[in-house]
Amino acid sequence: MPDVQTLVNDFLNQLKKRKIEGSQATAKLTAELLRSVISQQRVPHTNQATALINAVRAVGEQLIAANPVELAVGNIVRRVLHIIREEDLSLATAAMDGLGVSAASDDEDDAERDENPVLSAAAVAAAARSTLRPPSLQTLLEDTSDSAAPPHTSSSGGESDGRSRSVEKGSRGRKLKHDVIEAVNELIQDISTCYEQIAEQAVEHIHHNEVILTLGSSKTVLEFLYAAKEKQRSFKVFVAEGAPRYQGHLLAKELAARGLQTTVITDSAVFAMISRVNMVIVGAHAVMANGGVIAPVGLNMVALAAQRHAVPFVVLAGSHKLCPLYPHNPEVLLNELRSPSELLDFGEFSDCMDSASGAGSLHVVNPTFDYVPPKLVSLFITDTGGHNPSYMYRLIADYYSADDLVVKRRPTTGS
Amino acid sequence: MDPSRRAPRAVIDPVPKIRQVGFFAPPESSQSGPLDPTHSSPPISNSLSPVMIPPPRHLSDNLLLHDPRPAASPLSSASAVAAAGSGNSFDSADFFPAPLSPAMPSSSYSSRIATGGASDGGYFKGNGAGGKLAASSFPRGGFDLTAMKAASLVPASELTTVSVVNDSLGIPEKEKGNKTGGSAVEVKDQPNSSKQQKPKPKTSKAERRALQEAQRAAKAAEKGEGSKASGTAASTNPKPAKAVKPAQKVDNAAIAASEKKGGEIPPEKDRKKDAPQPRLQYDDKSRVEKAKRRAVVKQTEARNRVELFRHLPQYERGSQLPDLEAKFFHLSPVHPLVYKVGLQYLTGDISGGNARCIAMLQAFQEAIKDYKVPPEKTLVRDLTAKIGSYVSFLIECRPLSISMGNAIRFLKSRIAKLPLTLSESEAKASLESDIECFISEKIILANKVIVKHAVTKIRDGDVLLTFGSSSAVEMILLHAHELGRQFRVVVVDSRPKLRGQLLLRRLVENGLSCTYTHINAVSYIMHEVTRVFLGASAVLSNGTVYSRVGTACVAMVAHAFRVPVIVCCEAYKFHERVQLDSICSNELGNPDVISNVLGREDVKHLDGWANIENLQLLNLVYDATPSDYVSMIVTDYGMVPPTSVPVIVREYGREQVWI
Repeated sequence: MPDVQTLVNDFLNQLKKRKIEGSQATAKLTAELLRSVISQQRVPHTNQATALINAVRAVGEQLIAANPVELAVGNIVRRVLHIIREEDLSLATAAMDGLGVSAASDDEDDAERDENPVLSAAAVAAAARSTLRPPSLQTLLEDTSDSAAPPHTSSSGGESDGRSRSVEKGSRGRKLKHDVIEAVNELIQDISTCYEQIAEQAVEHIHHNEVILTLGSSKTVLEFLYAAKEKQRSFKVFVAEGAPRYQGHLLAKELAARGLQTTVITDSAVFAMISRVNMVIVGAHAVMANGGVIAPVGLNMVALAAQRHAVPFVVLAGSHKLCPLYPHNPEVLLNELRSPSELLDFGEFSDCMDSASGAGSLHVVNPTFDYVPPKLVSLFITDTGGHNPSYMYRLIADYYSADDLVVKRRPTTGS
Repeated sequence: MDPSRRAPRAVIDPVPKIRQVGFFAPPESSQSGPLDPTHSSPPISNSLSPVMIPPPRHLSDNLLLHDPRPAASPLSSASAVAAAGSGNSFDSADFFPAPLSPAMPSSSYSSRIATGGASDGGYFKGNGAGGKLAASSFPRGGFDLTAMKAASLVPASELTTVSVVNDSLGIPEKEKGNKTGGSAVEVKDQPNSSKQQKPKPKTSKAERRALQEAQRAAKAAEKGEGSKASGTAASTNPKPAKAVKPAQKVDNAAIAASEKKGGEIPPEKDRKKDAPQPRLQYDDKSRVEKAKRRAVVKQTEARNRVELFRHLPQYERGSQLPDLEAKFFHLSPVHPLVYKVGLQYLTGDISGGNARCIAMLQAFQEAIKDYKVPPEKTLVRDLTAKIGSYVSFLIECRPLSISMGNAIRFLKSRIAKLPLTLSESEAKASLESDIECFISEKIILANKVIVKHAVTKIRDGDVLLTFGSSSAVEMILLHAHELGRQFRVVVVDSRPKLRGQLLLRRLVENGLSCTYTHINAVSYIMHEVTRVFLGASAVLSNGTVYSRVGTACVAMVAHAFRVPVIVCCEAYKFHERVQLDSICSNELGNPDVISNVLGREDVKHLDGWANIENLQLLNLVYDATPSDYVSMIVTDYGMVPPTSVPVIVREYGREQVWI
């Protein structure tokens, strides 16, 4: 427990100080931390899933509060909670089948072998049902406990029955944690390799002699463009520099090093150049439930220019960037103001500020993100393929449970 | 005294050519009556005065009125002689229209006869009405109408021939009168014979073909003139000046006559202005090489050129300034003040359309003050060429803005319009005062009018957004602050020049509440903005606002957020050219300023970018904002929508002509 707490505290500090760059890195670290929390959590004999859920939720609440703007943290917390619920449901279904078999015939091994494919089918059905009826999980659990009681009372007693029951319960608890950890490992793997699956679709979208515009820096965009280059597609890339962080300089240098024809333009030249651009391909910080995009600052301007010139605006986003929240007032609540020193040197204006004697005030605004409405987005390319913005809510339903959309609700009820 | 003596010598040489043309004219004009209405050649203005005077006397058939005719005809011959004396290039141009000039009087004769008498309405309608009248006269047929036309055609040609011959021979006026009367009597007898009517149709076909070929040759000559920008400007302007002189000299000129002349001159200019000459395209290698030979500055092609902008100059920076500084004492053709202004353009010390235009005009003013007419040259010709070389030098330092182009066009038209009777000092003083008037009226006073109009759009509680640094917008904000309006200013800036910081400093020093941000954050800040004020480098005829790069982005985001966009631009920055995108015409700045960020040592990713083969840096200077993003254009003619820009362009052009 102290080890886990130390890990959590370290991660909280990094989140608060904004030291982790990029939502992909943040998502991966969050998943790894939650995996440690789960592996070291002691599971009681009863309500094991609830204990895991409460532990993950408590840690997740702290992580989300540390950096509210980094939506990847909340996304991963909800994904892990969803994984726990799914694994518990599948195990409950398997347990019911197991009890039935043992009640029918205790010593027939052949019968157990025949039941194995039935178990896997039941697990798949249970997993599929969970997406449609998450609230029914508790009902299923209650049914399981009720069905467990009658066999016990029906038997006349004896030590053999008690022993077999205790063995089954212990193995079930350990199996749940093991399955959850395996699923989290798969999630971490998906986060790491999402750009590969996105890049595989590059040749379907980029043709020969195309001109592509991008803004900022995104590893997904870089791999996407390079995959098209590897397929012998000769095209040009215009990179807007993305002042005042100048991420575009990094991206342009990397693209040129990999052999792509690259031209760096200023952000103000986007409208001028977009009339000669065939496609805009950008990364995203987060994709909201309504299909809107939280993106690097300046991207709403690019999207408006693209719409004006009928240029497709394509957003590349891994599944870890899908956020089930609706963007109410996104420019304010989902934004972060960075240091004014990136825009203006204080020394240059200190003299005229004094001479003004307070009559003239000066504010310097340096936001980090822009919100792009879904109507400006032509296409989302995720690791599961291309999607319309209007489909994103359905895609999000595959990854999250309805109970987890608000992380803070249960602890309040509990307290 | 010497120039006056040399003038007749120059006149003597072309006279034999005029004789030949004059002798050929009678048969052409007599046969080509039906074609007259279709002629729309430039010499219409030159032949207006003889057309106006003879018809009423001819209708009255009073022999006593024949005497004023010689008084009118010497004026046209005098103008022809003046045109011939101006130079060889004019000779070639004038000879082509020469056969057409006798035909024009006949067309007005026929139109008058058809209408049954002199009527002002007919003349105001112009060539179109003449064509209709001529066409209608044929169905009426009748021997009488045809005979009357023939009678009216012949006297005009005879008059022209006689006047030319008389001038060359130097016969006194009395003898002119006698010969004119004799030829008139002879002409009257010819129509009576019926034999002459039969051969007319046959010869008219052949003559029509000859006339058409002459017209084509004239058009080809005009196109050839079009290729030379300065040549065309110089050759175009003297013609209206000559048209004005006969009107002044003729004492008997009626008010109607002057109105007709005034009405006809602008259409000619409108036709020529309808098609601005194409600019030098730098992907045309032959022309670029020609320009390089005359160039003062040594230009080196940039290594990593952007292919999309091959038609624009992309030269290496950094080598131009030291080269020019080394050449300072060897550049005798360029005036030192013009040289200084060019260097300031190159270093960027003078930037902005108004500042560059004023600096250029003041340098030209000083150059004109120090100018002396070389021997054996005329002031108009040589000064125009000198100004042209200065402009070429400035273009090499930095391409001209549209406002500068308009100012140069104004200056060249003023030089061309100088009367030949003025002395050198008077001409120079006139030009200097013209330049002073242009600066004070078209730039400084225009800005004051713009401020007065735009301030009415600022109310208490407004949040005004502006982009970059515009002198007009700065004046507006400071004036509104003086009036006690309570508002906030959002200054949006963009790399690489960061001009907004200069504006921000001046606003804060004057006590305005300001917010500063980069152009990427314009979507974030636009929620609280109530008005957007933008400056412009130019406004084009289709309403496109051509301004510093980034203006289009700001206007687009403002339009998306339903915020009104107000463009403040002086009328002298309006241009009849049209443009749809920002690529066909633009200016490329120094790419190196993109790779370096002032004050940010950590941003060094693009150092040594020129060595990377696949990497280019593009530093655009201007962009084109579509007109539907602009709510209003505030100019010294008032507040207009973008759709009214061509109206102002026409009125502005007309106003400049009559000044």
